Amino acid sequence: MADHSILVPTQGARRAVGAYLAVFGAVLLLMMVLGLLMRLNQGGLVTLPPELFYQSMTVHGTGMVGVAGIGGAAVLWHFLGRYVRLTTWVFVFNLVTFVIGAAMILSADFIGGFAAAWTFLFPLPANAGGQWEDWAAAVHLGGLLLIGTGFLLFHLDTARAILGRYGSLTRALGWPSLFGSDPQPPPATVVASTMVLIVNILGLVFGASVLVISLINLMVPQFAIDAMIAKNMIYFFGHVFINATIYMAVIAVYELLPEYTGRPWKPNRPFLAAWTLSTVLVMVAYPHHLLMDFGMPRWVLIVGQIVSYISGLPILVVTAFGALMIVFRSGLRWDLGAGLLFVGVFGWAAGVIPAIIDATIIVNSVMHNTLWVPGHFHSYLLLGQVAMLLGFACWLGKASGGTSPSRLFNALAFWLFVGGGIGLTQSFLYSGRSGVPRRFAEYLPEWIGQARIGALSAALVVLGAAMLAGRLLAGLHRPTGAR
Amino acid sequence: MVQHIAWVITLVAMGAVTIGFLWVAAGAGNFAEYPGIVQKAYRIRKVLFIALLAVSGGVSAATLGDLPYAATHGAESGKFQVIDAVGARWQWELSADRAVVGQPVRFRVTATDVTHGFGIYDESMRLLAQTQAMPGYTNVLTYTFRQAGRYRLLCLEYCGVAHHGMMGEFTVVDR
Ligand code: HEM
Ligand SMILES: [Cu+2]
Repeated sequence: MADHSILVPTQGARRAVGAYLAVFGAVLLLMMVLGLLMRLNQGGLVTLPPELFYQSMTVHGTGMVGVAGIGGAAVLWHFLGRYVRLTTWVFVFNLVTFVIGAAMILSADFIGGFAAAWTFLFPLPANAGGQWEDWAAAVHLGGLLLIGTGFLLFHLDTARAILGRYGSLTRALGWPSLFGSDPQPPPATVVASTMVLIVNILGLVFGASVLVISLINLMVPQFAIDAMIAKNMIYFFGHVFINATIYMAVIAVYELLPEYTGRPWKPNRPFLAAWTLSTVLVMVAYPHHLLMDFGMPRWVLIVGQIVSYISGLPILVVTAFGALMIVFRSGLRWDLGAGLLFVGVFGWAAGVIPAIIDATIIVNSVMHNTLWVPGHFHSYLLLGQVAMLLGFACWLGKASGGTSPSRLFNALAFWLFVGGGIGLTQSFLYSGRSGVPRRFAEYLPEWIGQARIGALSAALVVLGAAMLAGRLLAGLHRPTGAR
Repeated sequence: MVQHIAWVITLVAMGAVTIGFLWVAAGAGNFAEYPGIVQKAYRIRKVLFIALLAVSGGVSAATLGDLPYAATHGAESGKFQVIDAVGARWQWELSADRAVVGQPVRFRVTATDVTHGFGIYDESMRLLAQTQAMPGYTNVLTYTFRQAGRYRLLCLEYCGVAHHGMMGEFTVVDR
């Protein structure tokens, strides 16, 4: 088996990670403010014209998914670089395409009025009904395509580097240890990065294809695709990509909790089995987005329910349990970074519960496209994925010798973020229980109270996140000191 | 009511996860040897994993028998009321706006412009059933109303700037 000496990142590589985190922090905050505005509008506390609400919704959804990917890529690249030789310019190129793509999307949506949501469900982009011009749709979809291309190159580079050291993807997934007797499996980071590159390359190829089809359809309306096939492609891509952002962020947990606790995170057989299983299951689970499409073959939907139940479980159980185990009576002294990483695992584990329940067809019948859905994904994205990324950023700031503000400031920021996040997600879940549809700019009177609680909680999250991000950006300002 | 049960189960399970994490976090400052912890934890993990598999298998077995897709249910009897529902921005066009309590209604749902979602709400704004309304497809949703009254149709798939205003009405009368 390959040896496991640790490579030292170059100055340029470290700067690039810093740039990723700066973009992550800035875009995250901006998108959060849009989220707060939407919730305020739903609570009747501010009044946005509906077109502006739906533009904000489209920008928020697209921007958040993108920035979760950017943050995840920074974690993956930072730690994978310890084991394989990655290409810095490819990594930087992905950030550049992201920034250009994000600018295209911002102008297409806020200037051009494009508002077909982050799922750009065919045939809505080309059927604006006067709400936006074709050029706006083309610029938005083109921006997405550009961002997708950057990510594709990023994963291809990790694939090249991993193959260079481990020879094959199955070896990098640890199959010689899983099925054979190799006593030295690859590090957890390599296993996770390999899983992510496999599923995301496939997801991105499908996403890019449906984007190209939608773009051609804009110019040549006769060139149309079946709406159901387009939907399958979109949700396959969307489901895989957003899941992959979590699987990238979790690498920070595998690398940093051992550092905080002085205990190893060893990829043993159950760990390797979980990652191999989920590689397949995460791709097969996407039909749970189509449970209300009665035109789908019934067996696909039934498989969708069953696979959804088990697709998240292996990695989640292994990771959540591993995190609890490694922290338990470890003598750990909590700091902001450790706390955020730990909360990240919590948010992920807690958020998966309502998600799995929603994948039950008879529940989906009365929960699909209600606020139940933002309820569960904000749990594992905001309190889960983003918390992990913020934890990573804190650790990096500290590791590179940044000054740490007072404990009181940290504790306040932390609890505002966590408390507000719980309030926001619970308000969504409660509204889902009450049948409030998602993606509604204006509410019936009986729904407004719930939205106000959500809006108040959202304000706390924004405040907490602003404090955390401000601290992060100040820390990044001093890129000296080595790790 | 399905929503309520789902919500209660969710709260209980999320609460349990919260307690577990808080308990571990609170005890993190103490110290015990790792190998002992690992051994115990792996045992618990195994039990947990098997329990989760058993629960999800059981729930699937219990719930997959009665799916909303069973469009041909009772078709032989010919006792259906058939209503065609066509979604287009921003209204629902129904072939009949009246149905009878207790007799299954078969909604044949489609759309002409973009994808919409056909959601049936009762007077207290409880969501009863839904299906997607897509150009090129007709989704058959069968629902039996138990109570006379006014029902509302909401659009449950984002379709553009007046999506939230795309509401229709529907009356169910006693036999
Ligand atoms: C301060 C924090 C946040 C607030 C206040 C917020 C608020 C909202 C609101 C009000 C909606 C629209 C809900 C509806 O359908 O009516 C929404 C949708 C969404 N949010 Fe957030 N959010 C926050 C953070 C996040 C984060 C961190 C992510 C992901 C990393 C995220 C991803 C999304 C996505 C993907 C949508 C769906 C957009 C769509 O329906 O097309 N949000 N959010
Ligand atoms: Cu509609």
